[in-house]
Amino acid sequence: MGVVTDAWAWLTTGAHWTGEDGIGQRLAEHVYVSGAALLIASALALPLGLWLGHLGRGGALAVNVSNVGRAIPVFAVLALFMVSPLRNAGYVPTVVALVLFAMPPLLTNAYVGVREVDRAAVRAARGMGMTGGQIFRRVELPLARPVVMTGIRSAAVQVVATATVAAMVGQGGLGRIITAGFATYDTAQVVAGAVLVALLALLVEGVLVAADRLFAHDRRLTER
Amino acid sequence: MGAPNCLVTNDWICGEYLRTRGEELTDALLQHVGITVASVLIALAVAVPLALLVRARPRFAGPVLGLTTLLYTVPSLAMFSLLLPFFGLSAALVVTGLVLYALTILVRNTLAGLAAVPAETREAARGMGYGSLRLLWQVELPLALPVLMAGIRMATVSTIALTTVGSVVGRGGLGNLIEDALPTFFKAQMLAASVLCVLLAVTADLLLLGLQRLLTPWARIRTAPGGE
Repeated sequence: MGVVTDAWAWLTTGAHWTGEDGIGQRLAEHVYVSGAALLIASALALPLGLWLGHLGRGGALAVNVSNVGRAIPVFAVLALFMVSPLRNAGYVPTVVALVLFAMPPLLTNAYVGVREVDRAAVRAARGMGMTGGQIFRRVELPLARPVVMTGIRSAAVQVVATATVAAMVGQGGLGRIITAGFATYDTAQVVAGAVLVALLALLVEGVLVAADRLFAHDRRLTER
Repeated sequence: MGAPNCLVTNDWICGEYLRTRGEELTDALLQHVGITVASVLIALAVAVPLALLVRARPRFAGPVLGLTTLLYTVPSLAMFSLLLPFFGLSAALVVTGLVLYALTILVRNTLAGLAAVPAETREAARGMGYGSLRLLWQVELPLALPVLMAGIRMATVSTIALTTVGSVVGRGGLGNLIEDALPTFFKAQMLAASVLCVLLAVTADLLLLGLQRLLTPWARIRTAPGGE
């Protein structure tokens, strides 16, 4: 239990929150790289996955990309970026590595979500004279939403947890608190850093769940 | 020695590196494979009984699934650091961390696989006088195998990628080579280790896919061309 109280003491020390290596700065970096990576990955993967799902083609592609994605060691990708000219581009190496990491689950869930929509509903919509675009917007997209959102949530949690690896190659984020604690054999600081990252991941998940509920609620009201 | 040495010019691709440091690469690869195999096997040995427990006693579902999901949000870097006081700088440390990550995937897939067994199949087996153990071993587990194997493939591939982070405690297999090469910008070593790591993951995935086909011959018949 000593470690827990030590970590709490570390976290509640005001001096640890300010300054260039402070929690505030590291948290801001972490949120920035995770948020940017998630937004870029979503912007690239979701339209592609949804579109392939609508067409009913490229299933093998969507599933295989997901498997290949898991095989990519983020640490290795980051390390390669850090010996390339990209190292001088601020947070770019971390963001790009995280985008590569986040895209596969987003793509797969978007594809599977649309694909698994009840075909009878799609046929009925077609029978009612809906065009492909209308079927996509009014039938497939709303019914696929839960699966797509699950993909976004798990991608977000994994990105937040994985962004810590950036510290291993000297990039920013909360991982730096962990590596700094590690370098000085300060277990309390390592625990504090891990707790901060886990809390941030859970907070992100919570926010996404709440946003999803709010959105679903809005929809129900406007459609009534 | 007339030709310019690619080790001196620090090229990304360098035959000289592969020739002179082949042994180092092989050692790192073997450590990587060892850590991955141990992690996935231990995780499987823990996950299947856990999934069976959750299925038999649904009130354990919340805690077990919640805990394994929570473990997944702990960053790998922190996980290895946090386990340090218990294991020291050993391979057991990295294996334990990786087991905890693989558990999430394996428990979920085992449960999903068992849930996908049709109820009428289960009832038919019971009607034929199968006891619950024989039902599990001869009917449920074989039918759950495709989903379970999908989980094992997922867990193996992500474990191979995650093992590199173990280099933070010096037991990261190919990750060690990457970490060693980082301060000196040793490009050939970095690229060779990274590529080997991805190749290892792809090879493992294909091997497991082959194993799955061997273990589930009936699935092949069903999806054979003209079989529909």
